Amino acid sequence: MSTSPDSLTHRPEPGAGQIRKGLTLSALNWLGVAPFFLFALLFLILPTATLMIGAFQDADGHFTLGNIAKLFDDSILSAYWISFEVSAASALGGTVIGLALALAAIQGGLPQWIRPTLMTFSGVASNFAGIPLSFAFLSTLGRMGLVTVLLRNYADFDLYGTGFSILSFLGLTLTYLYFQIPLMVLIVTPAIDGLRAEWREACESLGGNSVAYWWHIALPILWPSIMGSALLLFANAFGAVATAYALTGSSLNIVPILLYAQIRGDVLHDQNLGYALALGMIVVTGLSNAGYIWLRSRAERGRE
Amino acid sequence: MAYLTINNLHKRFDDHVVVHDFNMSIEQGEFVTFLGPSGCGKTTVLRMIAGFETPTSGRICVGGEDITQQAAQKRGIGMVFQSYALFPNMNVTQNIGFGLKMRKCPADDIKRKVAEVIKLVELTGKENHYPHELSGGQRQRVALARALVVEPRILLLDEPLSALDARIRKNLREQIRDIQRRLGLTTIFVTHDQEEALTMSDRIFVMNQGRVEQEGRAEIVYTEPATEFVARFMGNYNLLGAADTNRLLGLNISGHLAIRPESIHVLDGHSQQDGTLAGTIRQHQLLGNIIRYQIESAGITLQVDRLNRTASDLMPAGTEVRLQISRDDMREVR
Amino acid sequence: MKSTSRLGAWVAIAIGTLYFVLPLIATFEFSLKMNRDGYSFEAYKVVLADPGFQATFGYSTLMAVLTIIVGILLVVPTAYWIQLKLPRLRPLVEFITLLPLVIPAIVIVFGYLKLYNSSSWLPLTGNERATDLLLMCSYVTLALPYLYRSVDAGLRAIDVRTLTEAAESLGASWPSILLQVIFPNVKSAILSGAFLTFAVVIGEFTMASLLGRPAFGPYLQLIGANRAYEPSALAIIAFMVTWASMGLIQVFARNARPARKTA
Repeated sequence: MSTSPDSLTHRPEPGAGQIRKGLTLSALNWLGVAPFFLFALLFLILPTATLMIGAFQDADGHFTLGNIAKLFDDSILSAYWISFEVSAASALGGTVIGLALALAAIQGGLPQWIRPTLMTFSGVASNFAGIPLSFAFLSTLGRMGLVTVLLRNYADFDLYGTGFSILSFLGLTLTYLYFQIPLMVLIVTPAIDGLRAEWREACESLGGNSVAYWWHIALPILWPSIMGSALLLFANAFGAVATAYALTGSSLNIVPILLYAQIRGDVLHDQNLGYALALGMIVVTGLSNAGYIWLRSRAERGRE
Repeated sequence: MAYLTINNLHKRFDDHVVVHDFNMSIEQGEFVTFLGPSGCGKTTVLRMIAGFETPTSGRICVGGEDITQQAAQKRGIGMVFQSYALFPNMNVTQNIGFGLKMRKCPADDIKRKVAEVIKLVELTGKENHYPHELSGGQRQRVALARALVVEPRILLLDEPLSALDARIRKNLREQIRDIQRRLGLTTIFVTHDQEEALTMSDRIFVMNQGRVEQEGRAEIVYTEPATEFVARFMGNYNLLGAADTNRLLGLNISGHLAIRPESIHVLDGHSQQDGTLAGTIRQHQLLGNIIRYQIESAGITLQVDRLNRTASDLMPAGTEVRLQISRDDMREVR
Repeated sequence: MKSTSRLGAWVAIAIGTLYFVLPLIATFEFSLKMNRDGYSFEAYKVVLADPGFQATFGYSTLMAVLTIIVGILLVVPTAYWIQLKLPRLRPLVEFITLLPLVIPAIVIVFGYLKLYNSSSWLPLTGNERATDLLLMCSYVTLALPYLYRSVDAGLRAIDVRTLTEAAESLGASWPSILLQVIFPNVKSAILSGAFLTFAVVIGEFTMASLLGRPAFGPYLQLIGANRAYEPSALAIIAFMVTWASMGLIQVFARNARPARKTA
């Protein structure tokens, strides 16, 4: 309130002090997140970056596209192709079945306890990947597995006579589904919860039946979430090593196992080709994750 | 013969009775409001008329036809939701045209009718916008247009204005009433806002705990409350119990006595007129065009409204006054 | 129409249950068959008595605990600081924390081997203790998406900024703001992130195997390649560990709900 000349002349000084204080404060602010960025740099970004650079270098450190070119050799290309097939098949299966399970539990009019049970179980099963999972499937669908034996003894059906093997493409896909389906349930549940009861009621009051509701409203609204989830599942399967390695050893030629063997020094003996393999994996998983993020933001945009 | 009649409607969820013996009949073209606090059952009745809830017992008839068990999509009853419930994957045109599409209307007809109704609700220029690109008021007008375009037999409005700003709310209130009159639509409006109910309705049903407390024309419900609840809910009635009434006015009643604040006249403290009560001003609140005084008389505090004419009229706390209350303005309520 | 859709829902749930329970039953049944003369828990006895099991399980448990501690110390202050002071950095930090879901674990560890090999500027793979440190850091990296998301969601739910300002205006010092106001309110979020981390780390194979550390994951793989019945017993044990971790998350999430309401 005071407008004395004294206070007027003094005003600039605390102002300048505040600016200085603000500067040190913002420097302090940055210090607060420094450990995180340092950690991310050392253990996430630099290691990845060095591989990406290595992919474009020869053994002497000179620039080359030779490693990338070698990715298109038949044996490596076929590894990518099998990886792609397993990932795509398990992502597709996981998406469809996971969606069906989530819809059944949330909108199927089933008893109340089904939903929390499914959610808890999905939390467990989506993390029950890796080596124990491969043991479980060997005990189930392996040559001596329970289902194989039961089918042979009681249904007189020789599963392995049909050409099936748990070590095959189909076997690996079936195994991957064990964590893909629950993952889908977990990702898509919020989207299904986002379907508001009033949309169905509005549809009904405008003369639309159940089919019209699903076809014109629910599925179009869920679609970005479904597609995005499928891409995430794809990336999830594409990067998985442990399950496949424990299940098939090196007998199934997929990229993560090829890379694992390369790092262990079993095959190839070409470091820089290994870097290129890694780069190829990042490109594939990166693209599908980018697609997921883009679709998710589209799905969120539509929410009121 | 009334257009919509509801007989002995009951609804219970588990062992909780939400709607209790609800009866009403509405003429064609009437604008009726269900007014009550949240949880009074007004929305449940609306949802049973729409077909989203099945009554535990009772009958709903439209134009002489029993629709109690009919599926919602066959009823031809339009609904506007509090949360708009616009389909987020469709633009304005597609949202409004949805009902016509479900009725297998030819594309040309849909186009024409949608254009007409867009003009009616003043959304021209927004045809290709998606719901998330519209303001709350615009969304609600799309929802209204979507319900109107299929020419419903009855239009149901479930608190359509309560999510909107005060200014937009007033504006849309008039627009809805105007369109309703022009189209002669039988309309049921649900709200908890008594001002909204009073300004819009032909007839009001005041509801409380699943029952109708009072029904009648808007002005009657306001000036002649039938129960203590209605008196409390409709305005700032002074409500006196039997003992207080006796002490203050020397009257013997069984229920409550309701006196509206604006019907108490404040006279000069030296006035010697017969039948007046002595009172002391305790405090006042400024409500714009009205000053509301708290005046104590015989140990009872009464609310008294006076017009706010000039600043010098204001009576400070401690002022001694005389109060005059006409017999006609005292209402005994249950 | 409603009853047919409910029937469909039951069928879906039934088939799903069959697919998910059958392998567990099969594994359990197989794990009991070590003795030829009938079912027994022999495989479990052998596994639990194996010094290799005890050593590797202990090592992985220790790694998981260290990972959780370091992860929390890294993530909680960062998430808090981002919400409070640097909200415009949020997209960047979120992006970084999601990177481990994009870059496969095998690629990350390959990068470590290139960057920190014994002839590099920071030879972390040179001796065992340093490699343990590297392995722990790799686990923190793996846990980053889970930890950050649950802590960030917990912080968002309580409106950190207002709570901090309220505490400041009441005269609380920084340590007491963090310990008495913020931490108790996000405790359950931190704990659920921690248990999820435990479940992920305990059986992790790729990182441990390629860094050559004696963790539970590589031990599982070794047993799987050489034994018949023990792997099934181990799978059941691993499943129960995962189940316990998830169960504890549920318990804490449930306890957190009333606490959040009163807060």
